[in-house]
Amino acid sequence: MSRTGRGPVDRTSPVDRTSPVDRTSPVDRTPVVDVRGATVAYDRTPVLTGIDLRVSAREVVAILGPNGSGKSTLVKAVLGLAPLVAGSVALFGSTGSAIRRHRHRIGYVPQRLGAGSGVPATVGEVVASGRLARRGLRPPRKADREAIERALAAVGLAERTRDPVSALSGGQQQRVLIARALAAEPDLLVLDEPTAGVDAASQDAFAGALRAFAAGGGTVLLVAHELGPLQPLVTRAVVIHSGRIAHDGAVPEPTGYHALPGHDHVHPHADTDRAGIWGPGWD
Amino acid sequence: MEIFEYAFMQRALVGALITGLIAPALGIYLVQRRMALIGDGIGHIALTGVGLGLLTGSAPVLTAVVVAAAGAVAVELVRQRGRASGDIALALLFYGGISGGVFLVALSAGRTNANLTAYLFGSPLTTTSTDLAVMAVLGGLVLAVTLLLRPWLFAICHDEEYARVAGLPVRALNLLLAVTTAVTVTVAMRAVGLLLVSALMVVPVATAQLVTRGFRSTMYLAMAISVLASAVGVGIAGVYDTAPGATIILVAIAGFALLALGLGAVRGWRRRRLVAAA
Repeated sequence: MSRTGRGPVDRTSPVDRTSPVDRTSPVDRTPVVDVRGATVAYDRTPVLTGIDLRVSAREVVAILGPNGSGKSTLVKAVLGLAPLVAGSVALFGSTGSAIRRHRHRIGYVPQRLGAGSGVPATVGEVVASGRLARRGLRPPRKADREAIERALAAVGLAERTRDPVSALSGGQQQRVLIARALAAEPDLLVLDEPTAGVDAASQDAFAGALRAFAAGGGTVLLVAHELGPLQPLVTRAVVIHSGRIAHDGAVPEPTGYHALPGHDHVHPHADTDRAGIWGPGWD
Repeated sequence: MEIFEYAFMQRALVGALITGLIAPALGIYLVQRRMALIGDGIGHIALTGVGLGLLTGSAPVLTAVVVAAAGAVAVELVRQRGRASGDIALALLFYGGISGGVFLVALSAGRTNANLTAYLFGSPLTTTSTDLAVMAVLGGLVLAVTLLLRPWLFAICHDEEYARVAGLPVRALNLLLAVTTAVTVTVAMRAVGLLLVSALMVVPVATAQLVTRGFRSTMYLAMAISVLASAVGVGIAGVYDTAPGATIILVAIAGFALLALGLGAVRGWRRRRLVAAA
């Protein structure tokens, strides 16, 4: 099974996530995500400047930052949805159009369901559309159906397969989006603010799904405003401020009232505050 | 129904059934994308193709397909660019299309007996066997694309950004959908006319949505409703000598209204029962 990026891409054999990850074989040093000097600008206004970010296999990296810092743009640049003015993005060791070979290994979880929902769709149909990345053009097989069922079970929505997505709560809809990404059995999960405005039960459901994914050897890149129940999973935090990386390393300890859920960081910090989640010197 | 003993009525019925079957199969993707009226616009552009065909003496259906396909591709490119001026670009395409068509058909008035009204509003009662053969082949192509490629077309119409990240061939699928829209519009031209095509693409889908929960069930129910409306519409038009295309569409709309009202009445009755029981 090729997850390391070397050799031809094998889309047909099922990805085995049930047996324990083999930690004795040498870990492939090719970073899963390798961003170098990335600059993104919209209408000549720079949103990201000179970003260097390397994510290795099996890391769970959280990208944190205040509103407007550029964290969502960074993730879009990684996925190829935002054009780079300078720098490069490599995924699984490939850049440019060669990334196409690896696209089925990326699971993307956007912040909310897309706008194209003029017609009802069931939970099962939306999750099945995620399986297409691994299925290619061939007709569906038993392995495909089983992968979709596993994805639904991982987020706790197996009994709602036949329900229309519009009948679900916001948090449940987010779970559908995670299941859609998991259906392709990706090696890299990229999530954009997965817990924004989501009820506690759904937040716990994702934390469970992400924990299982990471335990199975997957890599996670998530943009978050607040970590909440995801904090114990995160191995590394990257803080973005005004389009640049302000901190890259251990998850900063939330301090005082900043730790309360729902707290919105839009106010300036007084000098007397201890260096908090956004690092010293912000403001 | 002795009217159906006539060959021309049988041909009209078959043509209408083919149209009824394929219109919502394509229309559901347009509705999902919230682009329900694009079929109308493509119909406008197709008229220029008809005009060209009549003027040059070639088969109008063929030239209509070619021009409509070119127009549909142009519309898709405008949509991809997503700029605010897209509205104006579309208006130019649509109104240029219909005025170009009217202009060219008028120029050819001396050479052919073609009736503009027939193309705009349909003339199923003049369907020839050749027409049926062409409709069957083109209709078969539309069904092949809309049914066999449903998972992929669903993916790009439901969440195009996600499909792009996942590596699906989004651009190719979009262009295929555009060309298939053009073919559907051209096939439907005979039964309901270019100005009413959109109605048959959209109204059965809207009707089915009143009761369905998923995409696949909506598609099949919409196709069934549309075939029924087409058959009933042609029947009524044959028996009572009404405008066939318009009759089909009015039957479809009546179906929507009846179902919506019926569901409303059932819900109201249930609510009153709950209140009375409380």
